[in-house]
Amino acid sequence: MKPLDSLRFRIAALFQRTQMSAEMEEELRSHIQLRADDLERSGLTRAEAERRARLEFGGQARFKEECREAAGGTFVESIWQDLIYALRVLRKSPSFTVVAVVTLAMAIGANAVVFGVLNALILRPLNLPAQQSLYAIERASDKVGYLSYPDYLDLRDRNRSFDALAAFNISAAVLDTGENASRAWIYEVSGNYFDALGIQPYLGRFVHSSDERGPNTAPYVVLSYAYWHSHFQDDRAVVSRVVQLNKHPFTIIGVAPPGFHGTLLLFSPEFFVPIVQEDEANLKVRGNRWIFEAIGHLKAGVTPVQATADLNSIGSYLEKTYPKDDSQMSFALARPSLYGDYGGQSVRAFMAGLLVLAGLILLAACANLGSLFAARAADRSRELALRLALGASRLRLLRQLFTEAILISLIGGAVGLSGSVVLLRALSAWQPFSRYPASVAVNPDAYVYGVVLLLTLASGLLFGAVPVRQVLHLDPYEIVKSGSLGSVGRRITVRDILLGVQIALCALLVTSSVVAVRGLVRSLRSNLGFEPRNVIFVNTDLNMAGYSGDKVPAMQRRMVGAIQTIPGVQSVGLVDEPPLRECCNSSTVFTDQSADLRASNAVAEAVIYDISPEYFQAAGTALLSGRTFTWHDDKNSPRVAVVNRDFATKIFGSATNAVGKYYKLPDATRIQVVGIVEDGKYNSLTEEPQPAMFFPILQSPSSGTSLVVRLDRAPEQLLAAVRSKLRDLDRGLPLYIQPWNKELDTALFASRMATVSLGILGVMGAMLSVTGIFGMAAYSVSKRKRELGIRMALGAQQKEILQAALGRALKLLAFGSVAGLLLGILASRVLASIVYQATPRDPLVLGGVVLSMASLGLLATWIPAQRALSIDPAMLMREE
Amino acid sequence: MNDQAQLLPGTLDLLILRAVSLGPLHGYGILLRIGQISGNALLIEQGALYPGLFRLVRQGLLKASWGTSENNRRAKFYELTAAGRKGLREETDNWNRLANAIGSALATQPEET
Repeated sequence: MKPLDSLRFRIAALFQRTQMSAEMEEELRSHIQLRADDLERSGLTRAEAERRARLEFGGQARFKEECREAAGGTFVESIWQDLIYALRVLRKSPSFTVVAVVTLAMAIGANAVVFGVLNALILRPLNLPAQQSLYAIERASDKVGYLSYPDYLDLRDRNRSFDALAAFNISAAVLDTGENASRAWIYEVSGNYFDALGIQPYLGRFVHSSDERGPNTAPYVVLSYAYWHSHFQDDRAVVSRVVQLNKHPFTIIGVAPPGFHGTLLLFSPEFFVPIVQEDEANLKVRGNRWIFEAIGHLKAGVTPVQATADLNSIGSYLEKTYPKDDSQMSFALARPSLYGDYGGQSVRAFMAGLLVLAGLILLAACANLGSLFAARAADRSRELALRLALGASRLRLLRQLFTEAILISLIGGAVGLSGSVVLLRALSAWQPFSRYPASVAVNPDAYVYGVVLLLTLASGLLFGAVPVRQVLHLDPYEIVKSGSLGSVGRRITVRDILLGVQIALCALLVTSSVVAVRGLVRSLRSNLGFEPRNVIFVNTDLNMAGYSGDKVPAMQRRMVGAIQTIPGVQSVGLVDEPPLRECCNSSTVFTDQSADLRASNAVAEAVIYDISPEYFQAAGTALLSGRTFTWHDDKNSPRVAVVNRDFATKIFGSATNAVGKYYKLPDATRIQVVGIVEDGKYNSLTEEPQPAMFFPILQSPSSGTSLVVRLDRAPEQLLAAVRSKLRDLDRGLPLYIQPWNKELDTALFASRMATVSLGILGVMGAMLSVTGIFGMAAYSVSKRKRELGIRMALGAQQKEILQAALGRALKLLAFGSVAGLLLGILASRVLASIVYQATPRDPLVLGGVVLSMASLGLLATWIPAQRALSIDPAMLMREE
Repeated sequence: MNDQAQLLPGTLDLLILRAVSLGPLHGYGILLRIGQISGNALLIEQGALYPGLFRLVRQGLLKASWGTSENNRRAKFYELTAAGRKGLREETDNWNRLANAIGSALATQPEET
């Protein structure tokens, strides 16, 4: 018979089950009647004949079962029976079921969330067609993708590896539709950007290569779907409308499809503008690397290795042709999305770490449930023995136990999954930074569901397998005779090892989360090189507001002056971009003696800040020696700089005698150091001290304008006053105003996330080990009730009783905790790269872990201990 | 009873097919017919017949229908299908070949080896 027929037959048989049983019954009865007729004819009475006929026939139940099997219905049918029975058994012990389901739901939920995020960030990041062949170019030396426009054009036109090489840059702009001007994050994109990615517009058209005919030839805007939806109310007539972008007329030509959020994860642009609209100067200067990244699909058949070689040959050509501007032009390919390898690596490492931890949690949960199941199997040994004695096969018993395990795991998995879906949805809608359009769709897809289902089934099989050996070695005769497995083994069992491992995992998680929390607290208190408390932070861009040339510093001075008049303001400083925001300009620096100003001769790379005279005072940065600037440090006076201590020691050997000395910039400008300030954090909280130089804003003008306003009171009180003062100066200024503390949340985001996720996993781990220890202790007390009762009757003290009942659990707790603590100390090295100053060599961390493990143990053994102490020997003796 | 031979595994199906090949029979009838054609030389537990019958029905070699027995009792009658007829022929040939081979092997005299 063909398999399909056979299947159909089996299914049909399942539905005709009752009918079949009835028929079978009748057929066997008819057989016995016919036999009895014959026997009666040979002279027996009817009653005797029927009795003989039944005896001769043999065990009816067995044959019926065999018939069912032969007829093909039995497998499905008995699974159904197992399922019904399992449901009944689980309903009979609701507390066991609830504990098991909740344990598993938490573990599987955690895995679903972590895997969902991993899936969205790393496995399926951008949701673009043909992602496998999409690569971004990054420089091999520093793993960032920044390119100058002329270099990009050379790479685009000379490479033979990419179908089309597109470029994009992140920028901000003010869009004025005539009603209200609002600031937006945009991508400046090369003409071939959309075509290279292979996406189609939702409305209107995209820009194409043919639109680019030199600087300022393509004043077009392509809106993102979300921006079109929120700012243009899905108005289809928006195409060909003219809007003001940074006070210049641009035409909206199309809307991108809903699923397209640009080519960077966590950063969705609000609209797209052709890159040729960038300042003409930027488009021409080869040494100015401002384009964020070039990306493209590799041609069919070109491997990444071949493409890298191709790019490097262009790179060496560029180095030779433009030695002054282009150095270190060797390239590597990276997956786009998470800033290539630059941001991707630590995110990937962290996610992988989380995945491992979540996996360990699931393992711990399985260990937990495994020992629960083993304990139950032992409790049910009488029932199981009875079934064996009545003729059930061991295989059938195992299948029954596995059905229960899988049923629990499926329920737990479903609960966990629905919880995680809620969480992932919330996470997708979450906008962690108020200033950036940063969010990521981590909604679960079929892939996530599939993985969760697999995990669920696998864990069901895993913890279902724990009692297998027990069942296989069951001796029905012994058990039915003696009541129950009376002996409590003294040797180390699998269950002990499972519990020990689980406690170790919990201690590991607790250690990591304590380390992370401590690190976070320390990074909040660490010396940033400025003091963000009681400071209002204002950011604007004067270019966007239509200022250029000499109007920029003039306006900046007016802004500083205006805010200074607000009562409560102590000092106002101006900086192009403050530290710990999107990173900063930097430049190589040379000693005063250097004549050959090639990049390879530089003594250091220093971060540049353009500041107003009162910046240090307003920011709370300590001046160590020398002076700060005045408004007289302008274009007509010699170039001066204030440098930080690290700069001074690196370039001049010591911080004390650097004041008054000179150094050079790559364009041969000589600069005199007039002051030294303390070191600070510039890029990230975890960075090592690095050189920084501060220039007076009048000598090094910048349109980027951030004000730090130091107050004598809480910043919330004066936010509105600052805003209205600036609005009075120019209503068209795009303003972003926040207390500086809040602004820094962005910089702390990574370590906060790490701390929160580790904290959650740590709490889950703790809960799991509490239930694990509790389960074991409670089980051992209930198993040894009689023994404990006898000990009590014989005069054992409370302490001895407790030691007998719980000694083992406590020993496991101690061993597991120590092992977990050691592992946690090792794991903290990974953490140190994400959380600032995460170190386990800290008495508070060690003490915290020991304390929390001890209290977990106390919590978990409290009830069993009470139960052990409340045993009444007299009652027990009477019961048995 | 003691001189009855145990059935070889797998031979019950062949006997059932053979018994039914002479005309439709109910289960008890099949037992009687096997006894008759084998000269009561084979030991068959009565209930053990039925799993075999169900198996053959599932394999499509037999078909079953309810009818009335000679002494007016309701009973399920089995008869060969076309496939059953063909199966019986093949199985019979197989059996004969096997029996001949084993028979001649066992009949071999020691000096002939």
